[in-house]
Amino acid sequence: MERSFIMRNPSVLWFLLALALFTLGVTILSEAFGVGTLSTSFIKTLGKTLCLCLIAVAMDVVWGYCGILSLGHFAFFGLGGYAIGMWLMYARTEEIVVNSLNEAAIPPTQQEIIDGIGTQIFGVVGSSEFPMIWAFSHSLGLQLLMVILVPGLLALVFGWLAFRSRVTGVYLSILTQAMTLALALYLFQNDSGLRGNNGLSGLQNIPGLDHLGQATISMWFFWASAIALGAGYVLFAWVTSGKMGSVIRGIRDDESRVRFLGYHVESYKLFVFTLTAVVAGIAGALYYPQAGIINPAEIAPIASIYLAVWVAIGGRGRLYGAVIGAAFVSLLSSWFTGGGAPSIPLGFYTIQWTDWWLVLLGVSFVAVTLFFPKGIGGLFDYLVRKDP
Amino acid sequence: MRFLALFFAAAISLSVSGAQAQPADLKAVLEVHADQIERPKRLEVGAVVDDLIALGTPEVTEFLQRWQNRELHMREADGQFFYIGEGEPIPLIDVMSGEVVGTAEKSEIKQLRPNAGVRRVLGSALVQFQLSDPNILRRVAAVDSIARRPQADQLAPLLASIPDEPDAALKERKERLAGLLTARFGDTTEARVAAIEALSGELSLDVQAVMNQILATRDQVAVALPEDENIAEVYDVGTDLTEAEAYAQLVSAELASPLIPNDAIRNALAANIEGGFVGGVPVALLNTDAAREEAYATLAEAGTVPPLVTDADISSAVQSHVFYEVYTEPDIAVTDAANDALDEITTRVGVNQALDLTLDGLSLASIYFLAAIGLAITFGVMGVINMAHGEFIMMGAYTGYVVQLFIPDYTLSILVALPLAFAVTFGAGVAMERLVIRWLYHRPLETLLATFGISIALQQLAKNIFGTQARPLTSPGWLDGAWVMNDVVSISYIRIAIFILALIFLGLLLFILNKTRLGLEVRAVTQNPGMAASMGINPDRINMLTFGLGSGIAGIAGVAIGLYAKVTSEMGADYIVQSFMTVVVGGVGNVWGTLAGASLIGFLQKGIEWFNPANTLAAQTYMILFIILFIQFRPKGIVALKGRAAGD
Repeated sequence: MERSFIMRNPSVLWFLLALALFTLGVTILSEAFGVGTLSTSFIKTLGKTLCLCLIAVAMDVVWGYCGILSLGHFAFFGLGGYAIGMWLMYARTEEIVVNSLNEAAIPPTQQEIIDGIGTQIFGVVGSSEFPMIWAFSHSLGLQLLMVILVPGLLALVFGWLAFRSRVTGVYLSILTQAMTLALALYLFQNDSGLRGNNGLSGLQNIPGLDHLGQATISMWFFWASAIALGAGYVLFAWVTSGKMGSVIRGIRDDESRVRFLGYHVESYKLFVFTLTAVVAGIAGALYYPQAGIINPAEIAPIASIYLAVWVAIGGRGRLYGAVIGAAFVSLLSSWFTGGGAPSIPLGFYTIQWTDWWLVLLGVSFVAVTLFFPKGIGGLFDYLVRKDP
Repeated sequence: MRFLALFFAAAISLSVSGAQAQPADLKAVLEVHADQIERPKRLEVGAVVDDLIALGTPEVTEFLQRWQNRELHMREADGQFFYIGEGEPIPLIDVMSGEVVGTAEKSEIKQLRPNAGVRRVLGSALVQFQLSDPNILRRVAAVDSIARRPQADQLAPLLASIPDEPDAALKERKERLAGLLTARFGDTTEARVAAIEALSGELSLDVQAVMNQILATRDQVAVALPEDENIAEVYDVGTDLTEAEAYAQLVSAELASPLIPNDAIRNALAANIEGGFVGGVPVALLNTDAAREEAYATLAEAGTVPPLVTDADISSAVQSHVFYEVYTEPDIAVTDAANDALDEITTRVGVNQALDLTLDGLSLASIYFLAAIGLAITFGVMGVINMAHGEFIMMGAYTGYVVQLFIPDYTLSILVALPLAFAVTFGAGVAMERLVIRWLYHRPLETLLATFGISIALQQLAKNIFGTQARPLTSPGWLDGAWVMNDVVSISYIRIAIFILALIFLGLLLFILNKTRLGLEVRAVTQNPGMAASMGINPDRINMLTFGLGSGIAGIAGVAIGLYAKVTSEMGADYIVQSFMTVVVGGVGNVWGTLAGASLIGFLQKGIEWFNPANTLAAQTYMILFIILFIQFRPKGIVALKGRAAGD
């Protein structure tokens, strides 16, 4: 008899337990629902980190399991953020415009409200017309659908084109990088309809929830991020286990051999690529309301490369490795660049970590690739094997 | 009888000229206009100048010049004007004879200081005298001044000065300028048409400007098309201009009452609220345009507000008028000739722009070639993507900068910097290959990430050492400026130098790869490392040298790029993606492939920019999209290796 999914993957249970305990701990220490040790801004940082962990898990599946080194997954993350940001910005501006117009002697017409919103949102790029892509921005439901559809469709089309013509290896990496660069450059234009390099801002103000205060809203988003990470983890654990998981790993190890065994390699790759893109979009949709602003610089190629760095440092081919890598490197990075780390005086020169953190990261990244190809997650193997 | 009539006529003409009597000499003119000369105003001084010019005597030029240069003085006692000489007491020089006629103390005379506006008027009046000045510098200045602000009255003096012009080059310029002026201000239609036709063979900006000025138009509206106007185009409402635009023209021609905008309706309604109602409609219901129009119509009937212009009004008003464009130039023969000339000029400019675009594309392609060839070599031979390639470019550029700090002579410093940049980046490349890359040969994706780690470390290191601001890498003086073929086609010498550099490297690489022992071994390792090793080639050594060579060329490319762009720690990152594209499009492991890739990308980028010049971001976006699609059809690039050499 087949063993149940959980029985085959005990790490899933351990991960969910750890995530639940972490969430509970943060809730108890939060301002809104607990003793208030953790500031609201730190809660937001933690919530954002959970979202980054989620996209890192997706990246791990596509790279660590399927062997596609995508250097463009942050594009999907950003598109998810833009999709939700459009609704947030529209609804929020609508509240403001309606309030101000209602103070006039004559009640406003629908057209006047829409014109007012358009002027408010697109004034910075010298326009007041709503572009076509904002057609659904008034509806939360439709925009949530966009969070899934837009990254999913882009991944589907791009993946279909790339896998069909059997672009593999470093070629594919470069091509995904080109994709995210093209998207970023496109969004940088003022007439892209998404406010050019101003991006979408004020996303931390959730329409209709102003009375709750940021402390409470940040906790809500923290919980949502934790749930999304948990659900995403289970989903990917399920995808990468069983027969399908074997095929996917087979593609990573020897694509031609799997093809000759009769599997339709392209479909598997396309499925993994698209699914991870959708999850990346969802992660982005949770991330940017906590960050408050999204602009095209977020999806520059470098962001996607960092994503690969997190996964590599955390340990590829194991989902918890990606979570550890993303959390560890992104929190460490904000500690170093935020001036948290003490400077090291060398007598003739003082090492300021804000200046030297990237050097350290780069060098340690090379070291991890050379000496610990399994990353931090590899340490667990070490512990488990030593102590059976 | 006839004699008598003649006598009378003469008498009349005498008396007429007597009534408008022109003062006979300079002194007399000065006397008449003493007030204006003492305190000239820009708008009024023209009359004085006209009178002075009408005299046409040589001392007038002298006078105008001295007046303009603030050398004219006035004796306070009697208001007489003099120039002054050196000495104490000050000698006074007569404005007509130029001889010393007396002396005065400093306190007795006053220097006249016309303001800048007046001096400009004087200057343009002087132009016609300066055109025939014996000093060539003055003549050139006069021609320059006319070219800057062409005016109708300058044509005659300019034409008059041409036959006596001794300097051949200046004579040519004068003739050309006279042509331009004739086209615009000539007396007869024939002269103007002839001048325009003569100009149609040119493509310079000033000729285009003249044609456009002749062809300047204005929009007009009338009930019926007028006969006596030089009509450029009759608009068809609906295709050439919208009904709203047409109506706006009617309004601005005061042939129709202005539209009442929605804002005005709302304000009018707000001003007429009475007890919660406007025109019988409750205020709360005024949230649709229909309700507002209804309330407004009621108000209009009561006469409180001007009536609304309905769509029907607009249509009928528009239909009962014709809308057309007329030339401000009334002579139809002239505008026809100018149109023909402009067409010809446009074609000519188009051809030259295509040439210019080709040069631009060529120069961009040579930059991409230089930036990418090193990457292509390492990728081809070792199957390794070097993400730190961009940082090697940066390293080369900073080497050039540091060399210039020590060697101030720019020519010498560039000659030192090129080999030094090669040496530095060659060393860095070899070190990187020995320390990192050779451990990762069987894991190409990890090489990509490890070299990325090196890339961010190097970039930050450069930032820590050189700071974030851009550093200059100054090109030697003989590379300044541009090779200008005409007003449209030009290319800077630096870009020509980079093109030549790219050619040199193309030749050098072809020589090394095809004619030397090293090249033979490199090609062998590229095609089959295992077989090459069994033939006694040491692949380790070849890999190391290839990597060093690729990095060294990146360093040289860095110096070249630094010469026309600023040197910053991020400059490598700007070129790395383009370099990847070049390699991927061109095909791996082949110099010709890189050349093809660089040419395709360079020309494509310039071509797209030409279609949409305002938006270089869009150009880059479309180019990347094109490349993504291109890879679909030629996944291995333009020049693909065939057979076993292809790897998989």
